[in-house]
Amino acid sequence: MNWMSFDEALPVIFMALMGLSMLIYVVSDGYDLGVGMLMHRATDAEKDVLVASIGPFWDANETWLVLGVGILLIAFPKAHGLVLGELYLPVALMLVGLTLRGVAFDFRVKARDSHKQTWDRLFFAGSTLASVSQGWMLGRYVSGFGSGWNYPLFAAAIAIALPMAYVMMGATWLVMKTDGELQRRAVQWAKIAWLPMVVGLVLISMATPWISATVRGRWFSLPEFIALLAIPLMTGVALLAARALLNTRAVLGPLAWLPFVLLILVFLLGFLGLAYSIYPYVVIDQLTIWQAASSPAALKVILIGVCISVPAIAAYTVFSYRVFRGKTGELKYA
Amino acid sequence: MDALILSRMQFAANITFHILFPTISIGLGWLLLFFRLRWLKASAAGGDRLAAQGWLDAYRFWTKVFALSFALGVVSGITMSFQFGTNWPGFMERVGNIAGPLLGYEVLTAFFLEAGFLGIMLFGHGKVSEKVHLLATCFVAFGTTLSAFWILALNSWMQTPSGHEVVDGIYHVKSWVEVIFNPSFPYRLAHMLLASSLTCAFLLVGLSAWQTLRGVAQRSAPRVMRVGLTLAAVAIPAQIFVGDQHGLNTLEHQPAKIAAVEGVWETERGAPLLLFAIPDDQTRTNHFELKLPKLASLILTHDLDGEIKGMNDFRDAHPPALPLFFAFRIMVGIGLLMLATSWSGWWLLRRARWQPGGLPRWLLWGFAGMTFSGWVATVAGWYVTEIGRQPFIVYGLIRTADITSKQPSSMIGLTLALYITLYLALIVSYVGVLKYMAEKPEEALQPEPGDQRAVPTGEPA
Repeated sequence: MNWMSFDEALPVIFMALMGLSMLIYVVSDGYDLGVGMLMHRATDAEKDVLVASIGPFWDANETWLVLGVGILLIAFPKAHGLVLGELYLPVALMLVGLTLRGVAFDFRVKARDSHKQTWDRLFFAGSTLASVSQGWMLGRYVSGFGSGWNYPLFAAAIAIALPMAYVMMGATWLVMKTDGELQRRAVQWAKIAWLPMVVGLVLISMATPWISATVRGRWFSLPEFIALLAIPLMTGVALLAARALLNTRAVLGPLAWLPFVLLILVFLLGFLGLAYSIYPYVVIDQLTIWQAASSPAALKVILIGVCISVPAIAAYTVFSYRVFRGKTGELKYA
Repeated sequence: MDALILSRMQFAANITFHILFPTISIGLGWLLLFFRLRWLKASAAGGDRLAAQGWLDAYRFWTKVFALSFALGVVSGITMSFQFGTNWPGFMERVGNIAGPLLGYEVLTAFFLEAGFLGIMLFGHGKVSEKVHLLATCFVAFGTTLSAFWILALNSWMQTPSGHEVVDGIYHVKSWVEVIFNPSFPYRLAHMLLASSLTCAFLLVGLSAWQTLRGVAQRSAPRVMRVGLTLAAVAIPAQIFVGDQHGLNTLEHQPAKIAAVEGVWETERGAPLLLFAIPDDQTRTNHFELKLPKLASLILTHDLDGEIKGMNDFRDAHPPALPLFFAFRIMVGIGLLMLATSWSGWWLLRRARWQPGGLPRWLLWGFAGMTFSGWVATVAGWYVTEIGRQPFIVYGLIRTADITSKQPSSMIGLTLALYITLYLALIVSYVGVLKYMAEKPEEALQPEPGDQRAVPTGEPA
């Protein structure tokens, strides 16, 4: 095996960075979108706690999407045009959703009380619209934008499953960040979301190899199959453990953080599986990362900035989560 | 309508909506830092308790305005990073090697700096030390300005491209210094930063005038109005000077844009300054001209008989005259109005011993009416710049029509309608909420007993 030259490795580095940004986005905005979709189930007092629990984080979470799409735009310009051209309408709908929830979040505490309910509804609607659109986009993307009766059906299934996964993330986030009655209710919400989420995950895992021969070839050949078995097995164990944990009393006390962490693990494993399926394509079976990449000279310039800023971003993200650690109190501008 | 014009309208709608909010947050970040420092100074040992409370009230109120503006800036900014691909797929394919790193640096260094520290700045007071909190405020202000630096570098490169070479239709960088510090960049950056200062200044003046009329915020409004008027009075002459220099720079590099702004069709010496006209792009003439002889030549070339090139010298390569002609006059008109208002207002407020209550009510109404004047001028100015670059996306090199998306018109039209509805609703909500927040009595900003933890004690840590 030959090592590739640095110039050839650059697109791989950026693909990894883009994947990482997207993973962090899905996990971090996943829980706050999930909390948004739980708004309508909460009482008025609880709504304030729900919002306060994600208040300091949500806009930093969304910047990971900007970074991920930004890398697609600046490092893989050909893929950016192709992918976003294919996803024109769902992208527009997602953006409308993200806009609505982002502003509703800020408006609801500042507007007069009689308008608060409207903003809460928009917060819920925006979160749902954004999540459903993202699910549809994920479905279309992993199936290589194929056409035929089965493709839209698949995308529609993911458009339901991904929001459910987000709701589950949101509920377990609340289990971790709240206490008392709300925490008990969050456990119930997590239980409800568990099954649709698992069905969705199974569906993606089954459908991706069914739809793409490339993916089938990569997974179902020996000896890779045995080595790769670890991914679905660990995912299954993490999911079952999370579900079992929700029935125990410990989840209300010392182990409140564990379901959330287990779910992050599930997302991480799912991401690894997906990455294995897709690499070295940016658009499956159509465009490899080398075909889509910018010139090595441009990528090097961007890489310098990345090397300086990504560690800084990581450091203060950790700092910010430390400052606002523990159960959520009242959130006030100060 | 064809897909190109719809795509342009969609991008224009989004970028118009977006620029409203960074224009506020760039300047307001620094103003918050200023309020913060004044509060620290006033609340230090032996300080003035009333002044300290006034500055703290101002800081608290304007932090909320900042949070709201920032949120709207973030969400509309996200939209933009997608629309590069959905509307202009050919743009990044051709100039990605140049635009990519500049956009990348904007996102990496600035966007994250702002969003990451914003949480601590908005909600972290009392949870982190005074010093860390002050530093977070600094980083947010610095981040917004750095953001402007990178994005204006890219925009200016699209206006006056330099430092690149073209290989097989793909643009490569020869010198980053030349790309970033391209000929129009220093002018555009200074012009935009001053525009942001002026927009914030009139927002401060307008809202505190409104509060005075309503009899609320008696501790903070006088202080805020004084800051706003002083800032406006200092910034507007600087802006007029920079604007003039920017115009001369444009004349040198983009003469077709100036020809459209001045409504000059045929190249002429001693061109008149048109105060009013309706340029007609079909017949290539002006209707209803109202002009001052030779003044345009004097302003642009500093010579009564200086030559100004007309649009007929740039067939198929000049922007539409009508929107440029009017957008420019709106911008300049508001600039002159700002000069008159800020200087006379500053003088009258000083005579009233810095108490807005002592100002005549018509003046307070006038201030309140100009609350968002900075927005109008900024957007008009950007229309001059951006429409003025047409029919090119990279001036003189790449035509917008060549890089547009292949989406069907109906799809673009549908999403355009969606975006416009959303943006109009949000602007109305934003202005409404600002008004509502400003009218809330100051006591509502007071700390309630029992949440001392989240409230600064007045002692610098």
